[in-house]
Amino acid sequence: MDKPTVQKTPTYLEEFKRKGYSRKDFLRFCTLMGAYLGLESTALGQVVKAMETKPRLPVIWLHFQECTCCSESFIRSSHPIVADVLLDQISLDYTETLMAASGHQAEEAMKNTMTKYKGEYILCVEGSVPTAADGVYCMIGGKTSMQILEEAAAGAKAVIAWGSCACNGCVQAAKPNPTSATPIHKLVKGKPIIKVPGCPPIGEVMAGVIVHVVTFGRLPDLDALGRPKAFYSKRVHDTCYRRPYYDAGLYVESFDDENAKKGYCLYKVGCKGPSTYNACGVTKWNNGVSFPIQSGHGCFGCSEENYWDNGRIYERASAFPGFGIESTADTVGKTALAATGVALAAHAIMTNVRKKKLIKNLEKEGKESEQELKS
Amino acid sequence: MANGKTNGHKLRRVYVWEQPVRIYHWLNALTIIVLIATGFYIASPLAIQSSKEASQQVYNGLGTHHTFLAAYIFLFNFLFRIYWGFVGNKYANWKQFIPTSGRFFKEMWQVFKMDILMLRGKEHMSVGHNAMAGFIYFFTFIAFLVQCITGFGLYASMSTSWWFPKLFKWVPGMFGGDAPLRSVHHATTWFFIIFTVIHVYLVFYHDYVEGRGEISSMGGGWKFVEEEVFEKGLEVPNEPTPAKEA
Repeated sequence: MDKPTVQKTPTYLEEFKRKGYSRKDFLRFCTLMGAYLGLESTALGQVVKAMETKPRLPVIWLHFQECTCCSESFIRSSHPIVADVLLDQISLDYTETLMAASGHQAEEAMKNTMTKYKGEYILCVEGSVPTAADGVYCMIGGKTSMQILEEAAAGAKAVIAWGSCACNGCVQAAKPNPTSATPIHKLVKGKPIIKVPGCPPIGEVMAGVIVHVVTFGRLPDLDALGRPKAFYSKRVHDTCYRRPYYDAGLYVESFDDENAKKGYCLYKVGCKGPSTYNACGVTKWNNGVSFPIQSGHGCFGCSEENYWDNGRIYERASAFPGFGIESTADTVGKTALAATGVALAAHAIMTNVRKKKLIKNLEKEGKESEQELKS
Repeated sequence: MANGKTNGHKLRRVYVWEQPVRIYHWLNALTIIVLIATGFYIASPLAIQSSKEASQQVYNGLGTHHTFLAAYIFLFNFLFRIYWGFVGNKYANWKQFIPTSGRFFKEMWQVFKMDILMLRGKEHMSVGHNAMAGFIYFFTFIAFLVQCITGFGLYASMSTSWWFPKLFKWVPGMFGGDAPLRSVHHATTWFFIIFTVIHVYLVFYHDYVEGRGEISSMGGGWKFVEEEVFEKGLEVPNEPTPAKEA
């Protein structure tokens, strides 16, 4: 591909045309993005105009401790333009997995983008950064991921923490976290950070964020945890097509029962939909083919912080801290209740022994009064 | 009654629990029972086998709904009780729950000796809560607070109605997400259960060993205290001027 050296950066529309997309495809893409972002239909013109006239956003995409499932998810998003154009443009600058260049050439490309678009580029980070042992657990081109992140973040307009690894450390940060895998927001300070958690996250979210920045010149609205509101303000439970079964009290009791065949709610077999914020029920994955619950498996809660340590995959209850992995709040509670019962019984017996005189006096007094009233 | 018989006590009727306190108490009891029952149901719903369509039944939906309704009553009842701790009578005052003097701890120690270790000695003479009970109630208030914050924190994102539940949107973030928040909420429920068992037991215990109408006091508000307690100045000093109360 041609290096963006002399000519000014092409607009998105120019890129789309170069890739062979028709105007109809282009408009379809804009409409889709507008819908995902929760824009009103009247704002569609704004999106179209921005994509027609504004130059594409330079993006650097870094990979650290991750499995590339985020990228996999991204290239399978529901509209081909999302992956084909946006990602191709991104990879032009720098992304280890998909770029054509390698070695010094690749490093050169990244450096070029960083200097040429200083303060303008979006930095996408896929994966967490190990901080133990001075960061030796993840090194690229002789530099630790920490150093690379620091350099790249310094000139970035905004940072997108892409996937659960970058947002909360995911599996490598689960106990005991041997490499001290650290999420991006704990390392990068003073830059706006957009968290897009999920394992993997939904590709459309990434495209949506970029379209939003291009259209409005600012980041989309984020919630208290730094996630785009348009995608993370509802629980999976709230948009789940099996929700009516939950409300009706109809549940799958085990994975091979009649209820599972009927497609009842997976709540009792450990679905974490009720405590997970994501847009899975609406956007789905792989060109909108399916999402876990639709395939008959409960939600994992993969976009929630600490989801590996929070609880069990196939049960509602989680281990009660300090009482071993097998004990839940209910087992601890029941034991405490039984102990209370025994203690109270002992107390009742002791009361009758130790306070015998007191109770006798009260009884005597009462009986005397009763006698007096008789006469 | 008292006609020279050796043990015949003259009892003085003391208005201990004012009507708002009594209403608070029973409303609290009722909502806690509803919340525990519906809470456990939501945590682990029954296996209902039904040939009806989902649209024709709402077992869990109703359970969830009742929890939210009861939770609102519980919260505002709790807030009212805090208010009443400033304007109510001295038995309802906040100083009954939060230690502000050395006497409070002294009385707690005495209650511990007399009612828990069952040592022989001078019986304590609290008319309202004894210091130990008051201090335990202070912890229940903290548990109320925890349960309201975690509960409304879980409710915040699913509420689509008015602004109030949205005030709790920050809560899940503080606990690291809805899942750990839910665990805290669930575990705290057990505090309420164990508290209730001990509470009911102790009410019977005090009625039994003191004979002052402890059980019925939450009905009419009255306790019946031996006149000599006031005559001899045996009453607990952190309840000042008991004489004019009757």
